[in-house]
Amino acid sequence: MVEVHLWSGLRSLTGGREVVEVEASNTGELLRELVRAYPQLEGPIQAGVSVAIDGRIIASGLTEPIPEGSEVYLMQRLRGG
Amino acid sequence: MALDDRKTDFKFVGTRPDRPDGLDKVTGRAKFGADMYAPGMLHGAILRSPHAHARIVKIDTSKAEALKDVKAVVTRADFSDEVEFKPGLEGEFWNVLENVMAGEKALYDGHAVAAVAATSALAARDALKLIEVEYEVLPHVTDVDKAMEPDAPVIREGAADYSVPEGMHPNVVRYHESGHGDVEAGFAEADLVIEDHFDTEATHQGYIEPHACLAMLGNDGKGELWCCTQGHWIVQKTCAALLGIETSQLRVTASEIGGGFGGKTTVFIEPVALALSRKANRPVKLVMSRSEVFRATGPTASASMDVKIGMKKDGTITAAQGVFRLQGGAFPGAPGDFTAMCAFAPYNLTNVRQVGYDVMTNRPKQAAYRAPGAPMGAFAVESVIDELCNQLGLDPIDVRLKNAAREGTKASYGPRYPRIGLVETLEAAKAHPHYSAPLKPGQGRGISCGFWFNHGGETSVSLALSEDGSAQVMVGTPDIGGSRASMALMAAEVLGIPYENIRVTVADTATLGYNDVSHGSRVTYASGLATIKAAQNAVEKLCERAAAKWGIPVDAVKWENGCAVPSGPNAGDFDPLPIAEITADMGRTGGPISGHFEATPEGAGVSFGTHIVDAEVDRETGKTTITRYTVIQDAGKAIHPTYVEGQFQGGAAQGIGWALNEEYIYGEDGRLQNAVFLDYRIPVASDLPMIDTVIVEVPNPGHPFGVRGVGETGIVPPLAAIANAVSNAAGVRMRQLPMSPPRVLAALKGDG
Repeated sequence: MVEVHLWSGLRSLTGGREVVEVEASNTGELLRELVRAYPQLEGPIQAGVSVAIDGRIIASGLTEPIPEGSEVYLMQRLRGG
Repeated sequence: MALDDRKTDFKFVGTRPDRPDGLDKVTGRAKFGADMYAPGMLHGAILRSPHAHARIVKIDTSKAEALKDVKAVVTRADFSDEVEFKPGLEGEFWNVLENVMAGEKALYDGHAVAAVAATSALAARDALKLIEVEYEVLPHVTDVDKAMEPDAPVIREGAADYSVPEGMHPNVVRYHESGHGDVEAGFAEADLVIEDHFDTEATHQGYIEPHACLAMLGNDGKGELWCCTQGHWIVQKTCAALLGIETSQLRVTASEIGGGFGGKTTVFIEPVALALSRKANRPVKLVMSRSEVFRATGPTASASMDVKIGMKKDGTITAAQGVFRLQGGAFPGAPGDFTAMCAFAPYNLTNVRQVGYDVMTNRPKQAAYRAPGAPMGAFAVESVIDELCNQLGLDPIDVRLKNAAREGTKASYGPRYPRIGLVETLEAAKAHPHYSAPLKPGQGRGISCGFWFNHGGETSVSLALSEDGSAQVMVGTPDIGGSRASMALMAAEVLGIPYENIRVTVADTATLGYNDVSHGSRVTYASGLATIKAAQNAVEKLCERAAAKWGIPVDAVKWENGCAVPSGPNAGDFDPLPIAEITADMGRTGGPISGHFEATPEGAGVSFGTHIVDAEVDRETGKTTITRYTVIQDAGKAIHPTYVEGQFQGGAAQGIGWALNEEYIYGEDGRLQNAVFLDYRIPVASDLPMIDTVIVEVPNPGHPFGVRGVGETGIVPPLAAIANAVSNAAGVRMRQLPMSPPRVLAALKGDG
């Protein structure tokens, strides 16, 4: 299981939880499983999110592996100027 | 992505050769957006709304169309959301369409409502006067705080997304909240808590080259577009969607670019020129005036912010909280979320909470501007930290060092930092002679840190070797910061051939795979990584040819100083085989040799900087002079240090303008009052001191040579560093930007 830390603005979509657990071995699975477990997360995930794995920010990739025991954060999709 | 090829010893990287585009640019040979011509070309002009908010009741174009010089007139009806065969444009494409040509309502002063193509630019402008538009003027709002009030006019019902809490005004369209710990408990532990309100005004990216393009689109759906842009693939994709054509049928070529800074990452006139061309069946050139650039292209967001920070007497920050309200014009997109996420990012905080709002107003659609959202937040946060240091009698660098984020620190936006270089920039600032130099009476010194995320993005690079052993590199990221030079240096490093033997070209959309825009400080990182990998791919093939010639296994060959050599004494006794000897007969030894690489690199690495500023305030006039400025920033590894220093200096120069003079001024009528450079004051050379730079190099583990992007972080600290210097010089806290002479004078008199 992967423990996923959400930003606190998403709590209203997960029944108040800021840390949720899903089964996933890469970033694509993670996002898919998050929506399956918490359908209301579809909005933010569709709008675009990034995933930080042990501090390394994956801006958009769906194939990045998530090693066992990693610290995983969901973040707003990175943008630039 | 495996980075087992990390390199720390360099022959070419880190040197300062001449820029490859230098001669073209100083002789006027370089072709910018407005420099392209085509046989039979028409000239376009755009009619713009004089109202900040108005329903478009009727547009009558018949008189304009009757002129013999006029070959086409377009309105919203000529774009794809009105075309039956490709309905359903939605999301950001719909927003962009609504911005490039108004639909039911004009949403800001300068919003495009119709366009003309005629045989001359003058005829096109004259024809605009014959287009009759009937408006029903609506109430408007241009201020971010007023736009959130209950009685504010609603700009677009239903534009808010899932994130906005119930009960907010419909103009609040995005909401972000993040942080960790318990801020109230943290404030209770503090010896001093300061809470303050700060405002910044919108500023324009101020690129010297106005938007310009030459478009050709036939009724067969095939098109060609030449334009000045930071990313021609996004232009291709967006224009194809807006015009209802297939993406691959539109070939887009990026011109040389006279500045972008984030403002050229979207489209404004390109779809309009294509629509005019399709209707007239002739090429159409469209060039914006400066006034159009100000009125209708992206300035940055303006901001209203509340920041509260608690500190112990020893300088430890116990809690930090910020509310950041950003308006981004009449469309969703103001980066309130990024202001929130970046604001406290330099610090190791146990208790932190940040809230960001994206608010719509009747202003032009904001566009990205270097580290979008971050400079405003840094202004508010670093001002409060400075005030805490002043009141507690603490050294501002020591306090920042005490609280600085390091490897392993939990960032204010969530995850733990990998290897970062903030502490190194602070230590370099403390050791810099600037920091210990005495100040004259009337002068003040300011310090600020700044943070930006940086980005990777989709990237394709091709590298082809010529028979003489020289190389051409095709990249897809327009060169806005010297990337052709840095790509050539990185390719030279891998190939082992001189920088001068490599030509780097920004390829068009028909000749290379997809490339994300030149934004997010991504080009030296991502196109650089792809160039290194493409060159390595070519080197593998060169080694194969040498192995075949020598009759030894390929793994017995290695590449050294531009030559294939046996990998060890057991591999055989062969003289080094130079690249030119392999390429000379490559057509007969297996065919042309090229290298390719396509990926979305995910290891950009965040970046930090620290700025030191001295300012002198004239107490009689309120005028501020920046007397000394030092930028210290982590570049990971500077590929071409002169360009890196240029990025640092450019960030400081633009920051000085933003801090001291630049602002969008709206009248009561909602019209922009200062849409020319005479009235919108950007700094010129005589306004600036020599901007000193220190390049800190803490290698990014996500890049083979350790590169971190440097283009954006440099504009994050200046607003705060300058505000702190001015506040310390004036003896009064400056809470509103720009700190123009009247505003400083008012503050000095105590009524600011």
